[in-house]
Amino acid sequence: MHPQRKQRLQIIVFVLIAVAIAAGLLLYALRENINLFYPPADIAAGKVAVGQQIRAGGMVREGSVERSEQNLQVRFVVTDYAADLVVNYDGILPDMFAENAGVVVAGKLTENGEFEASEVLAKHDENYMPPEVAEALEQSGGSSEAEY
Amino acid sequence: MIPEYSHFSLVLALCLSVLLAVLPLYGALRGDRQLMLTARSLATGQFVFALVSFIGLTWSFAVDDFSVITVAQNSNSLLPMHFKLSAVWGNHEGSILLWILIHASWTLAVAMFSRQLPVDILARVLSIMGMIGVGFILFSLLTSNPFERLFPNVPQDGNDLNPLLQDIGLIIHPPLLYIGYVGFSVAFAFAIAALSTGQLDSAWARWTRPWTNVAWSFLTLGIALGSWWAYYELGWGGWWFWDPVENASFMPWLAGTALIHSLAVTEKRGVFKGWTVLLAITTFSLSLLGTFLVRSGVLTSVHAFASDPERGFFILMFLCAVIGGSLTLYALRVPTVKSQVRFSYLSREFLLLLNNVVLVVAMLTVLLGTLFPLLMDALGQGRYSVGPPYFNTLFVPLMALLFALMGLGPRARWKSSTKQQLFKPLLSAAVACTVVALLSPFMLPGEYHLAVALGILLSAWITVTAFMHLHTAIYSKSESRLKLQRIRASHIGMLLGHVGLAITALGVVLTSHYSSEQDLRMQLGDSVTTGVNGQYTISYVNDGEERVDNYLAQYVLFELSKDGKVLNTLRPEKRRYLAQQNVMTEAAIDAGLSRDVYVALGEKLDADAWAVRVHYKAFVRLIWLGALLMGAGGIVAVLDKRYRRVRSARSAMSPTFDGTAQSAG
Repeated sequence: MHPQRKQRLQIIVFVLIAVAIAAGLLLYALRENINLFYPPADIAAGKVAVGQQIRAGGMVREGSVERSEQNLQVRFVVTDYAADLVVNYDGILPDMFAENAGVVVAGKLTENGEFEASEVLAKHDENYMPPEVAEALEQSGGSSEAEY
Repeated sequence: MIPEYSHFSLVLALCLSVLLAVLPLYGALRGDRQLMLTARSLATGQFVFALVSFIGLTWSFAVDDFSVITVAQNSNSLLPMHFKLSAVWGNHEGSILLWILIHASWTLAVAMFSRQLPVDILARVLSIMGMIGVGFILFSLLTSNPFERLFPNVPQDGNDLNPLLQDIGLIIHPPLLYIGYVGFSVAFAFAIAALSTGQLDSAWARWTRPWTNVAWSFLTLGIALGSWWAYYELGWGGWWFWDPVENASFMPWLAGTALIHSLAVTEKRGVFKGWTVLLAITTFSLSLLGTFLVRSGVLTSVHAFASDPERGFFILMFLCAVIGGSLTLYALRVPTVKSQVRFSYLSREFLLLLNNVVLVVAMLTVLLGTLFPLLMDALGQGRYSVGPPYFNTLFVPLMALLFALMGLGPRARWKSSTKQQLFKPLLSAAVACTVVALLSPFMLPGEYHLAVALGILLSAWITVTAFMHLHTAIYSKSESRLKLQRIRASHIGMLLGHVGLAITALGVVLTSHYSSEQDLRMQLGDSVTTGVNGQYTISYVNDGEERVDNYLAQYVLFELSKDGKVLNTLRPEKRRYLAQQNVMTEAAIDAGLSRDVYVALGEKLDADAWAVRVHYKAFVRLIWLGALLMGAGGIVAVLDKRYRRVRSARSAMSPTFDGTAQSAG
């Protein structure tokens, strides 16, 4: 083979191997680190295993927010008006967190059926509804207006 | 009438860019010198009318003309003047107009500073820039007209600028970022022009390099500024979130970094031509992809995009045209491009190729992580999110590999080095770096982290080898002494770039291991300690309320002390912006090179108590300091005098290059 062609071939083979290894790692890392969104109704229906990292979301039920007197423990109910999910969180809630507003929580389900949140997300816009939440509400047939 | 004049001016800019896209290229194909020479004046005209249009919109913001929808939605009479002006690009329509203005500026700059270029190449380059201009001006006029009026119901006052954007960081971040994004269109235009003539040679690489460097520098600074802004303004104290919007700017940066290195090889050795062109196309396409991701609403939700698809569809089509067109041209032309040079596996060429592979893999990692959720959503496979662990898992080993290579690259010779030449001087450097790295975590307070030692090792390795490279370059063997007059701007540029990256990496490693974060409930009289050994104390000494310009601030005063000595008073705020009643967190930071103490208010828990977030951020400033050096390095490298050697550039051209014999692919 022409030496130059040979070198080019070697380089191409090398690049392909590198890319293949990278792709393998990539898919592995991706599989370990993605989490899926579930509305409360799906969680109540037992579609989520205890301890699985997921995101959940819906509306914060009015009057459900309870704070601890001593620390930053907070407990609230997220609902899609088909099912409720009790969420426990230790930390600072975002500025836009409010009762009767949309919220997304990331974390996992505990043995007692409650949700241990490691992160609470509410966007910086009072008109904004997290798209997952809007969809979940649509599917459950409920809406925030239905409550009034 | 100002908005109408501005609108008309934008239409004129469109007409001129259409002419620019057509006439010089037609001239180049026909060999008509007169037509080719129109490029320069058309580029000037396009710039002037884009500028007039931009000034017009700025004027509408400055005088609170709320009959203009964009102004009504994104400004407010209470807004201080500097924020009224920056509100021009704090919204979709205005930022696209800024895009257009910056693109027109780059086009003009190419027309002005490329007098040494053969006329027909310049004509082709400017025509391609013109085509991109047409795309974006059309986008603005058809889908995002910033001058649309709201008659007859003119609102009394505007909606206000998003409070997050009412900040100095957001005045300068978008322009810097856009200068970088759009600047890669120059590298793209040069690549396409060279492809269309089939003349991919080292002269082409030499013309492209300074433009690419400048664009890359601005992108670097833009990203760093965005990171700094997110750090102090979002109130969470993180400096990088792997958010899709951040990734959108990081992907072109990674590809652009690969491009500037690959261009170096093409210029010096005439190899990797096809690869370099592909990178130029990729980099610009990623800039457009970033624009698409950020501007189409596709990130909020694929469905939001589907319900209002006009804008996203336009950019997507534009993106397809750019990628499809350029790749077709590439496929047609590249088989005819041949490199006649060989190199060994210990050559600088090969090491730079490795660097390119790592950077491209890193870019693909980010691309996959960013697009995966969109893809799954579009396919109806559920709503996924890809978190920072994914990116960190892949990025840390990739970067470690890259940094290890960065020490070898500059030391290796072009074409081939013997193991003796390459490794012998590096061995002592490697040993020294390892010893320093293993010992230095002992000097830092807190636990010993092996990861920190590794980080210090790699940073030291990059720094030491960068200086060794400079030393070799200026060492005169015949006189056995250093000759400072041999230092060239490109040496300094490379040194700054590499050392800058080392400093950023060091900052990342140190801040990840020595920082701490506490969320707690505090009221008057409470105090808390922070820092690696708890040497800092933060005490709640007072609180209150104050009305400022367009917001109402609730604040808490904290006294920061170290070993009983008061250092500073920190005043974090919770602001309620009056126009929209938006609540915003304003963190208070005591900044220093070795550490930041960062205090932010959460919510008010009851009459006396606040939720308070206290961060101790070790060496976080190094991250942005390093990025500043990198950005400076890119600019300094451009000052190298070989880019100003007018005649020698021309002499590198082949005789067919008088603009007659070639046809476009």
